[in-house]
Amino acid sequence: MKRQFLRAFLCVASGFFLAAGPAAAQQKVKIGFITTLSGPQGVIGADMKNSVELALDHLGHKMAGLDVEVFYGDDQVKPDVGTQVADEMLKKHQVNFVSGIIWSNVMLAVAPRVTAAGTFMIGTNAGPHELAGELCNELFFTTSWQNDQTPEAMGKYMTDAGLNDVYIMAPNYAAGKDMLTGFKRTFKGRIADEVYTRLGQTDYQAEISQLRAKEPKAVMVFYPGGMGIQFMKQYSEAGLRGQVPLYSVFTLDELSIPAVKYAALGQYETRIWSPDLKNPANEKFVRDYQKKYGGKLPSFYGAQSYDGIMLIDSAVRAVKGNLADKKGMIAAMRKANFNSVRGKFTYGHNHFPIENFYLLKAVAGPTPGSDPVMEVQKTVFTNYKDSYGKDCKMK
Amino acid sequence: MNLLLVAEQGLNGLQLGVMLFLMAAGLTLVFGIMNLVNLAHGSFYMIGAYLATYFTQLTGSYVLGVLLGLAGTLAVGVAVELLALRTLYEREHLDQVLATFGLILFFNELAAMLWGRAALYTSIPEYLSGHVDLLPGLRYPLYRLVIIVLGLAVAGLLWFVVARTRLGMLVRAGASNRVMVAALGVNIRLMYTIVFGFGAALAGLAGLMAGPIYVVQPGMGELILIEVFVVIVIGGIGSIRGALAGALIVGMVDTFGRAFLKPALATVLSPAAAQAAGPALASMLIYLLMAVVLALRPRGLFPARL
Repeated sequence: MKRQFLRAFLCVASGFFLAAGPAAAQQKVKIGFITTLSGPQGVIGADMKNSVELALDHLGHKMAGLDVEVFYGDDQVKPDVGTQVADEMLKKHQVNFVSGIIWSNVMLAVAPRVTAAGTFMIGTNAGPHELAGELCNELFFTTSWQNDQTPEAMGKYMTDAGLNDVYIMAPNYAAGKDMLTGFKRTFKGRIADEVYTRLGQTDYQAEISQLRAKEPKAVMVFYPGGMGIQFMKQYSEAGLRGQVPLYSVFTLDELSIPAVKYAALGQYETRIWSPDLKNPANEKFVRDYQKKYGGKLPSFYGAQSYDGIMLIDSAVRAVKGNLADKKGMIAAMRKANFNSVRGKFTYGHNHFPIENFYLLKAVAGPTPGSDPVMEVQKTVFTNYKDSYGKDCKMK
Repeated sequence: MNLLLVAEQGLNGLQLGVMLFLMAAGLTLVFGIMNLVNLAHGSFYMIGAYLATYFTQLTGSYVLGVLLGLAGTLAVGVAVELLALRTLYEREHLDQVLATFGLILFFNELAAMLWGRAALYTSIPEYLSGHVDLLPGLRYPLYRLVIIVLGLAVAGLLWFVVARTRLGMLVRAGASNRVMVAALGVNIRLMYTIVFGFGAALAGLAGLMAGPIYVVQPGMGELILIEVFVVIVIGGIGSIRGALAGALIVGMVDTFGRAFLKPALATVLSPAAAQAAGPALASMLIYLLMAVVLALRPRGLFPARL
C-alpha cells in the first residue's frame, strides 16, 4: 500500500516536472484560433482553418525560430460557447495570442475577456463598432475591417449609380445593425424599407412577399454564410432576380457561389479583398491554397485569417521571439509590417486597418461550365478609415 | 393590393404549417404511443433530404429520387428503432433524451463525412419551377403550392389511416393502454417499429420537399426541430389532430408576425421603437403563444383522448 502510494506520487511528480520544464522556458508561440467548425456555418471555419494552416506552411511552422502551435476552438456561433473556448485557451493552453472569430456577438463576448487577461486578441473577421470606439484596447488588433465600412462602400457606390428606393435587409444581431447603419451613412437616396430577420433564419418567403409588395428599385442585403445561400436561392425562385437588382455585402463569396451557381451572375459586392487582386502575396496565397485544397478558391474569411497569422509573425520577429515584450509587439503590429494579401495597408490609432474597398461583380468562370467568380471592378474608397475611431481613447 | 398581400402571406403560412405538420405528426405519434422522447427526429428530415438529392443525381429522375429517398428514410427509421431505440422504452425520459441527442451528433457527422460540410445545391425540376397566377396580381411559386397540396393530402390520408383502419385502431388503442393491447395478443413491438418507421418517413418527406427551397446541409433538421416541439406542445402531445392544428397555427402566427408585426407596431409606436421591437417580438411570437397555451391549457389545445 505504502509502496503503491510512493510510486503514484513519483509518477505525478515526474509528470509535473516534465510539464513544467518547457513551459518555463517558453519555447513555443501558442495561438488559440476560434472559429465556427460545426453546423451550417462550419464551411466558413473550414476555410479559415485551411488558410491558417497554409500560412504556417509558408512560415515553415516557425516564428523567429520558435515553433508555432495552434489550438483550434469551435464557437458554434454562440457567445457563451466562445467565451468557454477562450477561457480554456487562456488557462489550460496558456496561449500568447487568441485569434479568429467570425461573428460580432461572439467577438464582443470574447475580446474583452482575452485582453483583460493580458493576452493579445487578433481578430480576423468580426469588426463590431464598440471595439473600434469606446472599447478599443491596445492588445486588440484586427486584420479585417470595422463592420460599417464595407456597406459604407456599397452605399457610396449605389448613391453614385443614382439608385433610389432601396430595400435593405439584415439578420437581427450586432453586425446586422452595424451593416445597415453603415449603409445608411453613405447612401443618400430613399430607403424603401429596413427589415431585420432572425439570426440563422432559413425561410425568407414571408419577407420576400413583403419586399415584392413594396416594389423597390433595388435590394441591398447582408446575409453571411448559410443564410445568404438560402436568401439568394429563394430570391431567384421568387422570380425577383432580373426584376429587382440585388446588391450585397458578405453574402456572395467563394463559399456560397458553388451553391447558388449561375443565379449569382451580375450580383455586386463590396470588399477589401478578392482572389483576383493583383499583388505577389495574394497571388502566392491563392495559388498555393488551390494547390493544397484541391482547386478550391479561398474566401475573404481565409484571406483575413492568413493575414492574422502573418501579423502575429511580424510582431514575434520584431521582438526576436521574446514573447514577454508585449510593448514591443504592440509597436510592431501598429506598423502592419508584413506582405498582406490585400496589399499595403496601415493601422489607425484604434488598431483597425485603414485600407481600400473595392467593388466586385460575379462574372462567368474561366472555363465553360465552371462556377462564376468574383472580379474587382473598381476601387470605391482608397485608404478608408472607420467612423468610430474618435470614441477611442488610445493614442 | 393589400388584401392580395395578406392572401399571399396566408399561403406562405400554410406552406410552413404543412411542413411543420409532417414533422410533428411522426414525433407526436412516437411520443404518444411509445412514450419515447425522440430528439433525433430532425435527423430523419435531414436524411430524407440527403437521400433524395443523392438518388436524384444517381438516377437522373426527380420522381425516382423522391421515392427512393422516402423508402431509404423509412429503412433508416426502422433500423434505428430496431438497433438503438428498442432498448430505451423502459428507461426514463432523461436517458432517452441523452441517447437520441447522441443520435443527432452521429447522423450529422455521418452526413458531413459522406457528403461534406458544405451545403448541397438541389434544383427544382423544370415542370415544378415557375409561378402560377392564382388571381390577377397574386403570383405564387408552383413548387410551394405543390408542397401545400401534397402536405394536406398526406394529412388527410393520415387521418383516414388512424381513424378508419384496423392499424389505426390498434395505434389508438396502443396509445391508451399498451399493456392491455399486448395482452390481447397484438404484436406491439412490430407495431412500434411500423409507427416509428412511418414517422421517420414523414419527416423524410418534409426534408426532401424542403431540400430545394432551403439548402441541404448537416444539422438542417435541428433548425426546424425546435419549432416542431412548439407545435406539439401547443397542439397537445400524442394527438394527430393537435399536431395539424398546432402546425397551422404556428405557421400562420410566425409568418404573419414576421410580415405585419412591424407595420402594425408602427401605427401605435414611434417608427424607431417599432423598428427595434418588431423583429425581436416577431421571432418570439410562437414561444409567447406556447407560453399562453401552456398557462391556459397545460395539455395543449387537442390533448390525446385517454
